Amino acid sequence: MSRKRVVSATINGDLVEFLCEPRQTLLEVLRNVLELTGAKEGCSNGNCGACTVLMNGRPVVSCLVLAMEAEGAEIRTIEGVACGSHLDEVQQAFLQGAALQCGICTPGFIMQTEALLAENPQPSEDEIRFYLAGNLCRCTGYDKIVRAVQSAAAQRQQASHSTQATR
Amino acid sequence: MADIQYSWPDRDSSKVIGGRQIRLDGMAKSTGAAKYAYDINLKNMLVARALGSPHAHCTIKSIDSAQAEKVPGVVHVHVLDHAKPGREIRWQGELLVIVAAETEAAAMEGVSKLRVEYEPLEVFVDEFNLEAAKKAGRTSKDGGKVQLEKEPGDDEDEATFADKELERLFKQSAHVVEGFYGIDAITHCCLEPHGATVYWDNDQLIAYLSTQNVSGTDEGFANDLKIPADKIEVRCQYVGGGFGSKFAPDYWGTAAARIAKATGRPVKLMLSRDQEFKLGGNRPSAYLKVRLGADKDGVVTVWDSDHWSSPGADGPGVPQGVIPYVFAPKNYRRAVTKVTTNNGPARAWRAPNHPQGCAITQTAYDDMAARMGISSYDLFLKNLGTDDSPGVAGAKPSVYAAEMEIAARLIDWKAKWHPHGKGARRGDIVDGLGMSLHTWGGGGHESTCTVKIHPDGGVESFCGTQDIGSGTRTVCAMVLAETFGLGVDAIRINYGSSRFPVSGPSGGSTTVGGVSESHRRAGQEALAKICEMVAEKLGVPAAELIADDGRIKARGDAKKSVAWKEACAMLGMKPLEVTATFRPSRNKSPLSDTKVGGVQMAHVEVDTRTGLIRMRKFVAVQDMGLIINRRLAESQIYGAVIMGIAYSLFEQRISDPASGAFLNADMSKYNLCRLGDIGEIVVEMYEPESERSRGVIGLGEPPVIGPGAAISNAVCNALGFRVPVLPLTPQRVLEAIKNNAGRA
Repeated sequence: MSRKRVVSATINGDLVEFLCEPRQTLLEVLRNVLELTGAKEGCSNGNCGACTVLMNGRPVVSCLVLAMEAEGAEIRTIEGVACGSHLDEVQQAFLQGAALQCGICTPGFIMQTEALLAENPQPSEDEIRFYLAGNLCRCTGYDKIVRAVQSAAAQRQQASHSTQATR
Repeated sequence: MADIQYSWPDRDSSKVIGGRQIRLDGMAKSTGAAKYAYDINLKNMLVARALGSPHAHCTIKSIDSAQAEKVPGVVHVHVLDHAKPGREIRWQGELLVIVAAETEAAAMEGVSKLRVEYEPLEVFVDEFNLEAAKKAGRTSKDGGKVQLEKEPGDDEDEATFADKELERLFKQSAHVVEGFYGIDAITHCCLEPHGATVYWDNDQLIAYLSTQNVSGTDEGFANDLKIPADKIEVRCQYVGGGFGSKFAPDYWGTAAARIAKATGRPVKLMLSRDQEFKLGGNRPSAYLKVRLGADKDGVVTVWDSDHWSSPGADGPGVPQGVIPYVFAPKNYRRAVTKVTTNNGPARAWRAPNHPQGCAITQTAYDDMAARMGISSYDLFLKNLGTDDSPGVAGAKPSVYAAEMEIAARLIDWKAKWHPHGKGARRGDIVDGLGMSLHTWGGGGHESTCTVKIHPDGGVESFCGTQDIGSGTRTVCAMVLAETFGLGVDAIRINYGSSRFPVSGPSGGSTTVGGVSESHRRAGQEALAKICEMVAEKLGVPAAELIADDGRIKARGDAKKSVAWKEACAMLGMKPLEVTATFRPSRNKSPLSDTKVGGVQMAHVEVDTRTGLIRMRKFVAVQDMGLIINRRLAESQIYGAVIMGIAYSLFEQRISDPASGAFLNADMSKYNLCRLGDIGEIVVEMYEPESERSRGVIGLGEPPVIGPGAAISNAVCNALGFRVPVLPLTPQRVLEAIKNNAGRA
């Protein structure tokens, strides 16, 4: 067993230091060390997207990222999306649009959507389907997920226009 | 108190029932706060990992765990009983030894240090190949049935008579089709694997189990561990998919409990993804050879089929009862052969046996339409019969006929249908339409619920049910909110513990029927007691009081009313508790019913150069009696349809015939639908008063039955010939094109 190292990262806005072994994945540390179990382990080889988190703003499947690679990084997980009980537009759209059933894939889809809308605020339907194609839903809510992402994008656009109008 | 007449409010006066309430667990699920069994981390917990058999068939010669026990962090090594030396292992992945350690890494390293000697045995996994299975001695007769309008004479041998009579009927038929159809085995592939986190509190076992059966799995633990069931509590608030595969603690669950007992520490044991594929359940394959005859109008009058089915190493295959599916020709002979292999044992998969029955027989009906050069729609319609003289089982012919009309309108059948293989080509692309019918029971299971009304007006219920994603919590809250005239947020639903009143497992689409029955009954009884108290105060007979808009009111005289809280305050210091049970019986309940019908239609494009199939549109029309929550009901149908598209086009368990290895037990190789694969989906819920008045009927399974046949029929309509076995992979499409050279 290799020696544990200390890693410092900003997780959901808080500077966090944690101990990890060089072989441990970011997912393992999030779930088992930091108690952030919102990211789910679906496949452990990057094919289901259930463990998606944002690393320096980019979506990563945290089962394929070593925890040590998070040194100095800014990590955002599903636990950092809502503000208290106030859901953001994406979460609200998933909830309103019934885009979740068993819910196990939901955190991954929401994080991937956050990345999509940050990169491309007005994605076309094809762009949504392409960008979220790495996330699996077994229940399966794909159709409603696409609608929820469209709705979240529209909500954000509307909010952004309102903000500009009041300036 | 007068007997309670259980009932639902009619459509116009329903305030909550039939609405689009968002799911109550949505906040927890969309923020990551929801804790599934594999999210439960307990203080001082050990993590367990298991070694699975690399061989599909072998005997265990010896197990040496000495090196594993020396791995730093390894705390306990548990050899499973069925893996003791001399025991036979019959499928790849079967767990042999479990290693519990301080960390997952240590447990995995411990597993890698286990030394097991195996004696490999002969392997058979080629369930598609009946002749090879016979040669390998892997087949057995698995039932059959003959039904003929004519009966044999007293001295006539029944089998000989059947042979002759069937021949006579085929000769008499205006059209005869012979065909072969099949559907491969698929796995459940739950995104949260099977497993549990367990601990002992003195002599009490607490098991956080990923389960569809909260009230039934304590008994499972008790039987395996030989302890009284009252020493066990199973907990499950969230389940990451089950689809029929999570009804028992499984031997790995009880092994976790044994390790926890031996070490005095909590233990988490979840299957790895590879093990989940191999052990977590699969749906039996089925392959059918059939000859069917129809009269000049296309009504099938005679059916003669042999099919074989494999549940892997254990369990039942697809029975003769679903052959042919929905349609009930007047004369038939059907025989089944079971093929036993060295694949993992099958488990119930969403609407057990119906998807297979539908896929391998309604394709034959569609081929009859092709043979006659008529639209499948017309042929299916002619075979429905009438409500007085049905040609179908399950739902009434009039329900199917009405649903067919709606589906045809939504997919524009009349404008888009063309004779099989005669559509316009766009380069290499041909398109086609196909349809299917399905039925399912969906009657509510036994369910007991305790409703507790507090003197401060608070309402909660306790029920040993579970929410597997279908929305049980939301449905229960809506039923009580409607009953007490309150908002859904005012109701607290307690479920997910085997300590609560017993409710059935979530299988067979029985949950919503069961829990809505028990909650409505307990609710109506509790309300009657509240009304009795209020009656005296208002000077109105209790029977004339209703709960509405947060008040108990005199019917027709809103001035005579008290606020709900005021009414509850009359309870004094003690809350009111009412327990009610629903037990399914032969007598029709006023609140629920059984048997639904649905119609599905698919529009596909086939690329004849690459063999790729693209979904253009899928229409699902579904009857489900009274709808409690329209939003969640829609989700169930969308989900089922997409799962159906997955098994029609992509999903397939691939086993190596030489070694028996499950070759694609990995998310990268086991293909599931992705967002870009599903096309447009249209869901229409069929809820005329005639069906709504039947009461609640479960919905989780019926819409997953039909996509196989509908999509296969659409592909056949596009190409002009059948791609006989699902999933319709590009390889199979190209093979069919080659076999039908010149026809595509």
